[in-house]
Amino acid sequence: MKLPIYMDNHATTPVDPRVLKQMLPFFTEVYGNAASRNHEFGWKAEEAVDKARRQVADLINATPKEIVFTSGATESDNLALKGVAQMYRQKGNHIISLPTEHKAIGDCCKRLEKDGFQVSILPVRKDGLVDLDDLRRAITDKTILISIMAANNEIGVLQPIAEIGKLAHEKGVVFHTDATQAVGKVPLDVQAMNIDLLSISAHKMYGPKGVGALYVRRKKPRIQITPIIDGGGHERGMRSGTLAVPNIVGLGAACEICQKEMPQESVRMQGLRDRLQKRIQSRLDEVYINGSMEHRLPQNLNLSFAYVEGESLLMGINDVAVSSGSACTSATLEPSYVLKALGVGEDLAHTSIRFGVGRFNTEEEIDYVADRVIETVDRLRELSPLYEMAKEGIDVSKVSWASE
Amino acid sequence: MAYSDKVIEHYNNPRNVGSLPKEDPDVGTGMVGAPECGDVMKLQLRVNPETSVIEDAKFKTFGCGSAIASSSLATEWVKGKTIDEAYEIKNTEIVTELSLPPVKIHCSVLAEDAIKAAVSDWKNKAESRAK
Repeated sequence: MKLPIYMDNHATTPVDPRVLKQMLPFFTEVYGNAASRNHEFGWKAEEAVDKARRQVADLINATPKEIVFTSGATESDNLALKGVAQMYRQKGNHIISLPTEHKAIGDCCKRLEKDGFQVSILPVRKDGLVDLDDLRRAITDKTILISIMAANNEIGVLQPIAEIGKLAHEKGVVFHTDATQAVGKVPLDVQAMNIDLLSISAHKMYGPKGVGALYVRRKKPRIQITPIIDGGGHERGMRSGTLAVPNIVGLGAACEICQKEMPQESVRMQGLRDRLQKRIQSRLDEVYINGSMEHRLPQNLNLSFAYVEGESLLMGINDVAVSSGSACTSATLEPSYVLKALGVGEDLAHTSIRFGVGRFNTEEEIDYVADRVIETVDRLRELSPLYEMAKEGIDVSKVSWASE
Repeated sequence: MAYSDKVIEHYNNPRNVGSLPKEDPDVGTGMVGAPECGDVMKLQLRVNPETSVIEDAKFKTFGCGSAIASSSLATEWVKGKTIDEAYEIKNTEIVTELSLPPVKIHCSVLAEDAIKAAVSDWKNKAESRAK
């Protein structure tokens, strides 16, 4: 077993060597511009892009013409939200989303609000899921767009995408889903689920960084978006800019592998994830799971270790790469807004750790990570005045703390 | 974020971890911070009532590595000092000693507050006894 161990696969994943192998020729041998229509270099590049487009489309049951390549999911989210808002402005100005969305969605919504759109951020339940009745009630005749993520990046919770899609189509509202964490991990079918726009990132599924895609429905109904990048009219006018052929080849290859291996891989991932959870919870008390375990990515585990601050825990397991919802680890010095939206108290949000199991993790690594977490939590609880108080029978949440 | 060697050293080998009996008249207890803020420090001093010298110090901290290191260092520094000397310890001295980055300065502030709270607690106890 090699140290350090990488178990932060929601942040990014390593490129699968099989993906890299397919990408390499497109740097030095087949380096043409896919938009060059008059020579073989261009044709070969275009051929590779077409193949990748089909591979991406197949994974989500779309058609190749519905795939727009972008620089990544952040761009896809921006294109979807701003593109729809612009295009459907005459029809209405109301957008619905969730507080647990990635910043790429949340910040786009804030921008659109400044531009005169009305955004309803619906609350989520304690388990992280949207209440479909709330959603139904929130839709008005001015609603043009619902944007709800497929899988959450912190807690892995899967939203009821098929039900949301059905509702959106009944009401004639465009439905976008940021599926960055879900694509290639759980089955997604844009037809069966009535998805109109879907954001994809390559580097979350063992592809390269710097490339992604946006699925844009072409039929029933045909979705139109205003581009946010103007230029040579690439990608059917929706996203100008020379195509990053090696990266696109990588995205396509990553999609194909995920599609082929998903049935076995998701079972294996869940086995590893459950093993990690059981081992930790069998030996530590007061460990709380954040978000629904039932509706969840098989790769994700998000735990709060009461009385142990997250950053200090990360420091103790310094040969393991995971992440924390503690304020100290965030740029804003605020604890996780996702956990806050679930109603997790800030005291417990500070103690949360996100484990993201990935394709290259082994059972041996899972056991090692669990044991390192257990011994570090034990050690830090001995150091924790809160744990001491809890053991004395004091309810820490009821103490009135003098604020700083 | 990269931690300084001294922070790592205190984190790995924290000094004077533990608790002193809170009800003991010679013990001053300072508890500062809040769980919602991600930091709680408890610092306790055992003071010789004759000489006002701090003879023992213990801490427990819920917080990041820098918070743990700041409070560990604080216990080291206060031992052997009189309560008035301990009261004079400035957070900036802790920042310098541990090479804390700007985002971690609040950890040192908390440690200074914890010392002051513990000293005040001991003084209150001493005064109420004198009455």
